[in-house]
Amino acid sequence: MHPPTATGLDTRKLAIWTFIGSECLFFATLISNYLVYKGHSLVGPLPHETSQCMLHGQMTTCEPIFEIPLVTLGTAVLLFSSFFVVRALDGARAGNRTQLIRWLAATVVCGLFFVGMQVYEFTHFYHKGLGYTTNLFGSSFYTLTGFHGTHVTIGVIWLATILVLALRGKLPAEKAMNLEIAALYWHFVDVVWIVIFPVVYLMR
Amino acid sequence: MDAQVATHHHESAAATYTKIAVVLFVMTALEVLAYEASHRAGWPMHGLVQPFLNEILIVLSAAKFALVAMFYMHLKSDSKIFSGLFVFPLIIATIVIVALLLLFSYLRSLHPVM
Repeated sequence: MHPPTATGLDTRKLAIWTFIGSECLFFATLISNYLVYKGHSLVGPLPHETSQCMLHGQMTTCEPIFEIPLVTLGTAVLLFSSFFVVRALDGARAGNRTQLIRWLAATVVCGLFFVGMQVYEFTHFYHKGLGYTTNLFGSSFYTLTGFHGTHVTIGVIWLATILVLALRGKLPAEKAMNLEIAALYWHFVDVVWIVIFPVVYLMR
Repeated sequence: MDAQVATHHHESAAATYTKIAVVLFVMTALEVLAYEASHRAGWPMHGLVQPFLNEILIVLSAAKFALVAMFYMHLKSDSKIFSGLFVFPLIIATIVIVALLLLFSYLRSLHPVM
């Protein structure tokens, strides 16, 4: 059964895909910005190398700043949240309220974990001497991952709102499209991180 | 009969999603292992992985991206219009990234302080 539109497609779904297409270009500029300035910082802290940096008003030697195990855990959690939301959507379409609520709650928890991981990481980096204007790495890193984190936060709020609706019994099977649209946005946030993780944290 | 078909479809989709999740997890583990192997001289395959680390990461990342887009975002089975709306900007995005990297590389060859 197709919606009564000229294309036979749901207009809200068409809108979210158009939005996701525009977001591809938005993140491409941020990733370009990071790559263009990669390796051109004059002072530390740096992602992979020991460097000279200003800490508490004194020049000192700074260790590489990235903590790969923590970010790997965050990446895995975000990947699993994509699996969870797709299972929640299955539940919503089948009218299985228990499945919908259980998997959607797991997705929200994963999203909150990821945001928490990023807040911890930013705070930790700041205390290690990496401010927004410290060097080119700091500016491009915080801009790229900060915008992604903002998208994750918006996604968590969106999915949590749908979770509340589901808990109140206001998301029957015929309204599963509401979750499908939010899930598409969530998967997009996930695929952007699939690119950011190796580009920012692993590549030399 | 319809309910049986729906249940079977539901279970088969769930199995596919689970397999994809496992594959994504394994690929992420491989990315991190490749990173560690290229950075630690004593690790197995250090000499083999180090020169190709970026290439390995690009291939694994592209494969993960494609799996999520095709199966979790349902582009494999959904309307081709949605695929077009996603893939066309993605091609432009890739061109933008490559063009800017080439442009700045060229400008730095002219003015090394940039």
